[in-house]
Amino acid sequence: MPVAERSMVGTLGLALMGAGLRSARPLQKIVLGSVGAGLAAMAATGRNPLATALKIRQTPSGDVLVGDAVTIGVPADELYARWRDLASLPQLMTHLQRVEVLDERRSRWTVSAPTGEVSWEAEITTDEPGQRLGWQSVPGATIDNAGEVQFRPAPGGRGTEVIVHLTYRPPGGTAGAVLARLAGEEPAQQLRDDLMRFKREQELGFAPTTDGQSSGRANAGGSA
Amino acid sequence: MKAIVWQGANHVGVETVPDPTLLLPSDAIVRITSTAICGSDLHLLDGVIPSMDRGDILGHEFMGEVVEVGRDVKTLRVGDRVVVPFNIACGVCDPCRRGLFSACDNSNPNHRMAEALYGAVSGGGLFGYSHMYGGYAGGQAQYVRVPFADVGPHKIESDLRDEQVLFLTDIFPTGYQAAENCGIVPGRDVVAVFGAGPVGQFAARSAQMLGAAHVIVIDRVPERLAMAQTAGCQTINYEQDDVLVALREATGGRGPDHVIDAVGMEAHGHGPGALVDTAKQRLKLSFDRITALRWAILSCAKGGTVSMPGVYGGLIDKLPMGAAFAKGLTFKMGQTHTQRHIGPLLGRIEAGEIDPSFVITHRASLDQAPELYKTFRNKHDGCIKVVLDPWA
Repeated sequence: MPVAERSMVGTLGLALMGAGLRSARPLQKIVLGSVGAGLAAMAATGRNPLATALKIRQTPSGDVLVGDAVTIGVPADELYARWRDLASLPQLMTHLQRVEVLDERRSRWTVSAPTGEVSWEAEITTDEPGQRLGWQSVPGATIDNAGEVQFRPAPGGRGTEVIVHLTYRPPGGTAGAVLARLAGEEPAQQLRDDLMRFKREQELGFAPTTDGQSSGRANAGGSA
Repeated sequence: MKAIVWQGANHVGVETVPDPTLLLPSDAIVRITSTAICGSDLHLLDGVIPSMDRGDILGHEFMGEVVEVGRDVKTLRVGDRVVVPFNIACGVCDPCRRGLFSACDNSNPNHRMAEALYGAVSGGGLFGYSHMYGGYAGGQAQYVRVPFADVGPHKIESDLRDEQVLFLTDIFPTGYQAAENCGIVPGRDVVAVFGAGPVGQFAARSAQMLGAAHVIVIDRVPERLAMAQTAGCQTINYEQDDVLVALREATGGRGPDHVIDAVGMEAHGHGPGALVDTAKQRLKLSFDRITALRWAILSCAKGGTVSMPGVYGGLIDKLPMGAAFAKGLTFKMGQTHTQRHIGPLLGRIEAGEIDPSFVITHRASLDQAPELYKTFRNKHDGCIKVVLDPWA
């Protein structure tokens, strides 16, 4: 849990404990006191038990870590080339608005957020064609983040294993990550969807769909 | 067009809905000439399969004539007569290339929903079988959109009647795969089949085709047991006999070498275990009632196979795992890889080894389907299998 979040949670915890102790009503005393004590403990240990329960992985410095993997029946060189074409990544990653390539190493990434568009500059830190691509946001980014994608041959001629790791510092700290998870809008799920979209683009050349098919609902597709 | 539509738990109706159109260049449109109601449709009728929406078109056993193909379709032409597997497969992912078509990685657009509900990776899509299996419109209708048209549909080029080939879409391969999964040693092994519904009937006859020395079928409905006897099977009525004792007597105390559970999640069953299962299902604490599976495990011989074509949906407790461990049983299960069985089984039909139309007891129009869903579920009127003519 980042320092700012720890001090905020700690202050709130202590205030609730104080209010609980001062309260004349016994039930209020117990509820406020224990919630306050819980928050204070979170601040003291720097761990958000909700985040743990929801299996949100964190690095020691408080960044959220997201990882996933998929096997795609296509050679690693082709998959690497598709990923290395940064400007076309928004076709795969629907939460990306655009990626502008600034030079060999630098690019500008834009995502849409509830507060409007958020942009940052990123720099390629590792580039091993056909094997590995790593990147990191440059200092001063709105959301500090870094990532790496590895391509390795799958055993038995099954194509390529694609492994992605991302770390980011969520707005609102771990509490923000918990809220995003509960709202169903968060990077672990987005990454899983992006990898499946990547797999289907590469293996099929299209995304299977039922959009616009016939049904007994109003506004169903098909021709009358 | 006319279609059978899910209208909520215990309600299906006939509605006029838009005709299907090609949504992707790899799709085809099939004009349906015959379709059927499957035992697993009853799980939808009863509302135990989650993620159905009002207005969903039901049905996954159908055949017909190709009337339109997308520009990427290579193997089908307008006018071809086809049977269409109930499961939808892409044909190119790793499971498909290994022949595990029902485990297709790519054909379920709602893989995210299946992952959330099952807590596991999703299999392929199914026609007319809830949104977690893709939400594809089904084939109890006059027309259907068939995705991945080069992979699923199998052309029928002989002059066999619809009724002889329709069940290649699901229940025949499902019963056959259940028997194949047993690894029957011809002339030696005894096979017991729990459930004498359509899949159980095909499992029993497939076990015979694969050389089983003896086949025993267990059910409680006299017409179903009589149908199994016609094929030369021994039968046990579990309402009249203690199943486990009867199976021991029938097998010299060894138990059947392999047991097929062709019942699945909505077993009726007997005894306190069955009552607990029913209560938990009513309270939504559990999807599954597992009497048949318990009996299968308890009756199976040492070193035998419990083969499960019956559908299970959720988490199971009170499973006699100690007995399974003590006897060293093998479990085989899963949706049918229909695409890999159609060709060989069609060959057996053409060779006259089996005529799958034996299982049909009722023929009707789409308009009569809602009533027949109930007749079939309640096993009234000797109903074992219903075939619908969408144009009657």
